[in-house]
Amino acid sequence: MKGKPLVSIVSAGLSKFGKLEGLYAREIFAEAAKEAFDRCPKLDPKKDIQALFVGHMGESYEHQGHTGATMADWAGLLHVPATRTEAACASSGAALRAAIYAVLSGLADVVMVGGVEKMTHRSTAEVTEYLAMASDYPFEQWHGITFPGLFALMATAHMHKYGTTEKQLATVAVKNHYHGSLNPKAHMQKEVTLENALSSRVIAWPLKLYDCSLITDGASCLILTKPELAKKYTDTPVHIIGSGQASDTIGLYERESFTSLTAARLAAKKAYEMADAKPEDIDVAEVHDCFTIAEIIAYEDLGFCKPGEGGQLVEKGETKLGGRLPVNTSGGLKAKGHPVGATGTGQAYEIFLQLTGQADKRQVKNAEIGLTHNVGGSGATATIHIYRRG
Amino acid sequence: MAEQTQAFTIEQFYKHILQRKLMGAKCKKCGKVYLPPRPLCGSCFSKEFEWIELSPKGKLLTYTVIHVAPSQFQGMAPYAVGIVQLENGVKIPGMIRASPENIKIGMQLTMDFGTCAATQQWPQWPRYFFKPA
Repeated sequence: MKGKPLVSIVSAGLSKFGKLEGLYAREIFAEAAKEAFDRCPKLDPKKDIQALFVGHMGESYEHQGHTGATMADWAGLLHVPATRTEAACASSGAALRAAIYAVLSGLADVVMVGGVEKMTHRSTAEVTEYLAMASDYPFEQWHGITFPGLFALMATAHMHKYGTTEKQLATVAVKNHYHGSLNPKAHMQKEVTLENALSSRVIAWPLKLYDCSLITDGASCLILTKPELAKKYTDTPVHIIGSGQASDTIGLYERESFTSLTAARLAAKKAYEMADAKPEDIDVAEVHDCFTIAEIIAYEDLGFCKPGEGGQLVEKGETKLGGRLPVNTSGGLKAKGHPVGATGTGQAYEIFLQLTGQADKRQVKNAEIGLTHNVGGSGATATIHIYRRG
Repeated sequence: MAEQTQAFTIEQFYKHILQRKLMGAKCKKCGKVYLPPRPLCGSCFSKEFEWIELSPKGKLLTYTVIHVAPSQFQGMAPYAVGIVQLENGVKIPGMIRASPENIKIGMQLTMDFGTCAATQQWPQWPRYFFKPA
């Protein structure tokens, strides 16, 4: 058996992901919290939960900051210490790290950790501007570089260095839309064809519409406790056995490489060491496919294949359900959707379902070890977690 | 020299750009060159820097063509942006004024300078851009 448990997940909740008209972020978070509470009848939320960490990227969407306390109140946890973490698209991956610190420090035995974002009521132009805030303002945004533009810069570099093709990028979209079609909570539950993906309009060449993740509303949460207390709450906990986080320059241009995320490689190394695991041990993974190229780079940074071979890995079907290592069985950011702050713990939710045999039509048989890879911005933050069935 | 006492800030970098000069900050202790300048050397923690003028010429490392642009750039779309490695090794992103079909990784580019945006709002930074050398 691999890896000593750091903390244990005893429950998890996820709101419907999609265009949730008429709802405010706090109301969506309450939906995720309710599922986590209902899933764990032995938990008394008011009595047991001693802290809340919530990932949330932007005040601009709802003209609302101070998210920690607000979410605590709406989840029925009034007066618990509540803290919001912000690390762009890795906001709730960072919240998960903070929650692990809290449990391991001994200051809290049971912690709720989650994330939330409400985005779809804003125009695409507004969302584009808010998301761009995750990149460098004086040298990237100021010169007209959009967020898809940064990943397009990586895609061009990857294609030039390794011969990765636009077809391979589109294959990531086709796979993740197929997975999304099996997930009743996914934003887009329909399959797309390779032809449709390849002929969709250009956003930032070589990235097209179907290479980009969705603007989505949603919330996610987990209930964590010390491993020795896990059985008090559930017979089927999922243990977190490895956790890694690293940072890098805010500007893509200052990095040593444009074809790999150093922060992701460093975080993965830490997480694998802590878990006493190797890439070959992973049965199922949720990776940060904010753009299709990001999933291909993730395979390489996580050691699922050699640098430069990510495009071939997806093309051979190895990361599709039924393949050697299914990746993004939830549909990923691409089809499940990317409510930015909710994404990190949303990935952990999918791994929780997979390792407890609750993933229904998208269940990976006998999944025992899972991994999540959550990236902030163009790679200035990465959080990687490794999980084992309890 | 008055210039040597100017703060090693992004604001000052853009003031130099307004004067059509590409200036980096060199750490006096360890020699690392920063573009943009910084007040604290991330390698040796020194606060002692000097301004050095950098060659505006460099090589294109990667690029993209932006079709969906932020509102203030919509009139220019589609436009190319890229990351250029200057002759001294430092890297800087910027717009490339050339037709996309003529842009190739590895091509030689040189920096040119725009004017300051006519606005009263922060920030009042000018823009530079790249063109084929």
